[in-house]
Amino acid sequence: MSGEKLGWKDLELGCVVTEPGSANEYKTGDWRSERPVRENEKCIKCGICYIYCPEACIEETEDGFFEANLYYCKGCGICAHECPRGVITMVEEVEE
Amino acid sequence: MKKEKVVGLEGSFAVSEAVRMANADVIAAYPITPQTHIVERLSEMVAEGELDAEFICVESEHSAMSACVGASAGGARVFTCTAGQGLELMHEVLYIPSSMRLPVVAVVANRALSAPLSVWCDHSDMMAVRDIGWIQMLAENNQQAFDLTLCAFRIAEDNEVLFPTMVHIDGFHLSHVIEDMRLPDAEEVAGFIPDYKHPFALDPDKPVSMGCYGPPFIYPETKRAQEVAFENVMPKILETWKVFGDRFGRYYAPVEKYRMEDAKIALLTMGSYSETAMLAIDELRAKGEDVGLIRLRLWRPFPFKEFREAVKGVEVLVVLDRCVSFGMGGPVCSEVKSALYDQQKKPHVVGFIGGLGGRDIPIEGFEYMIQSALEKVKAIERGEEVETEMIGIRE
Repeated sequence: MSGEKLGWKDLELGCVVTEPGSANEYKTGDWRSERPVRENEKCIKCGICYIYCPEACIEETEDGFFEANLYYCKGCGICAHECPRGVITMVEEVEE
Repeated sequence: MKKEKVVGLEGSFAVSEAVRMANADVIAAYPITPQTHIVERLSEMVAEGELDAEFICVESEHSAMSACVGASAGGARVFTCTAGQGLELMHEVLYIPSSMRLPVVAVVANRALSAPLSVWCDHSDMMAVRDIGWIQMLAENNQQAFDLTLCAFRIAEDNEVLFPTMVHIDGFHLSHVIEDMRLPDAEEVAGFIPDYKHPFALDPDKPVSMGCYGPPFIYPETKRAQEVAFENVMPKILETWKVFGDRFGRYYAPVEKYRMEDAKIALLTMGSYSETAMLAIDELRAKGEDVGLIRLRLWRPFPFKEFREAVKGVEVLVVLDRCVSFGMGGPVCSEVKSALYDQQKKPHVVGFIGGLGGRDIPIEGFEYMIQSALEKVKAIERGEEVETEMIGIRE
């Protein structure tokens, strides 16, 4: 992230951010201790996971399934809890 | 040049007049105790059409400062006022305009803090907000309450400053007392405060995000930027007070001296008790004693250079605090000591605490402090520990 290289003299007055939408760059996914893993053969494409995701990081794929964007997914597990078909399992993240 | 007329005005009304002449755009305040008449008079001015401002009557001081932050972010000239417990309830939000560089102006009628419940004056409230990054200055009388409030807008809104500014007037001693004072003509004042445009005021054509999240990789840099900017406001404060003095004939300085010529003993005070202290100094001078008075006009940023200059040649400095920093003595005294620590030649500093919760200190009280300080200095020279004395306490 470019912000990590900024020195104090580079900051705007009162630390305002002049670039709209820059919060998109913020990687919230690195807090995650568990990741959602899907078995799409059970999925009925109801979109409940998409609706419940508090991070709005679940996207619909071209073939109508749903995938979490792991750059943002915090691993809260709400999608796994809400899925009526048990498609999603939370799997512990391990060091690569 | 001078169209000023002499009027009798309560300190609170004097402040309201200054806010009216400064043409504040937005005033947000909580109207109930511990509020003063400042906001009462301002609400009348807005209702009567004497002041074209948005008056936001909020449900708490926390909300008052929150509304001020929003209005200031929108580029408005913003004012609020509070006192004592109200300043405490505002506390959380006070850090926002100073770190977001929003020049809100606030007048605080200094009051003691609970418990026990007290609405009377001391400096406990203002000392609890000394580390929040607001410029803080103190008035001694109603004239200064008016003058400094007017100056506060010009200082805060200067594009090289852009820090919120607090003017402290002692609760009741000034806020509820009627004194004669010179009130300038509104037209004459109008030119004194230039039109103001915040460089990042909220604007749909130039969108910015304010008050963003600051993770560890950037937070310390933001604080460094804030501290450097705050340390650099002094020239603009001096400039404004110079322009004010040239225009209205009343000059202010971060540290003001009274009868300090050849003074070996100096008393240091802040706020309205400086006037009583002056009378005590006059009496002692009449008896031939080498005493003088130093009044701290500016509390933040602390005027190190001016203070060290003022105490040159002083052998004993007697500091009055109207606040207890529990377990530490008086906050003004400890700051004064730290300001002198690295100096090769420095006076003995003896601290007293007095005037808590509206308790009067008569002229004799100041004379007592000076006499007692000389005894304490002898004890210090014998190598004894000397504690901060609370004066006028019944055993």
